[in-house]
Amino acid sequence: MKFERKRPTDSPEPDMTPMIDMTFQLIAFFMVLLNFGESEVDARIKLPSSELAKPPEAQFVAPLVLQLTKDDRIIFGGEPIPIAAMDRHLRNERRFLELNGTDVTEATVVLRADADAKTGVVQEVIQMCQDNGFEKFALRAKQELEEKR
Amino acid sequence: MKLRHTSTTVPNKVDMQMTPMIDIVFLLLIFFLFSFKIVAVEGDFNIRMPAAGAGAAALEPQLPIKVRLIADAEGNLSGIQMADRPVASFAALHEQVMSIVGNDAGPNAAAANTEAELNCDYNLKYQYVINAITAISGYVTPDGHIVKLIQKIKFAPPKKPA
Repeated sequence: MKFERKRPTDSPEPDMTPMIDMTFQLIAFFMVLLNFGESEVDARIKLPSSELAKPPEAQFVAPLVLQLTKDDRIIFGGEPIPIAAMDRHLRNERRFLELNGTDVTEATVVLRADADAKTGVVQEVIQMCQDNGFEKFALRAKQELEEKR
Repeated sequence: MKLRHTSTTVPNKVDMQMTPMIDIVFLLLIFFLFSFKIVAVEGDFNIRMPAAGAGAAALEPQLPIKVRLIADAEGNLSGIQMADRPVASFAALHEQVMSIVGNDAGPNAAAANTEAELNCDYNLKYQYVINAITAISGYVTPDGHIVKLIQKIKFAPPKKPA
């Protein structure tokens, strides 16, 4: 009886191509959706919702983003500060705009106020901006898809 | 001379080292996965509000609409008034605004000259102000288009409770 000598078999290599395809697809997906420009969005603010809130078609000229929390503080430069201390920052912003040759009346104050913030406080912030020469305001809200009115 | 036989027909397969590439690819995947966050679409209500006295003559309204929003002690909405008359809801407010500045086709000729003034209680939650601005400033058609009604909106001076 003849026995066949067993040859050392090659280690079975799995086909990696579909996995790599999928992984690259996932990377491309997350890369496209990643938006570094939204760094101004602060999770401490729960924006009010409105069905008319649509993203702006054009970028604002010299936008100044003020985020008002429900406990009457303004997040400015990542730090929550009392509203009374905001006047100094607004004066600095105005000076900075003037040095750059931008008319302060053309700059837009983007107000991201919490849905539970007091309206009176929002108005005080607006008034403070007005006292520093700002005229254009963008009241930010998140888009509401279902009709709730 | 004896030539050694060399196999030229089947070249040796060069195995590419996949491990470092897969390592990096997974690292990238994890990075993007963790930096990914779902952000709701945000939009703005653009309002031009010069300080009292500045440019007031240029913005002379012809049909002022005065809306009063009354809050309870908790800051929730307890009443809406338009021109000192009570309004049941924001939908009813929208209907009344439509009867003044709108028609079936959209805003009428008066819409461009109409200004709305919001007079809100100090402690009213801001969400209700946005609801009021939504009711006043436009509506969304069934096919998803936004029709703008009143664009000149201003606030009455805030009155801090004593």
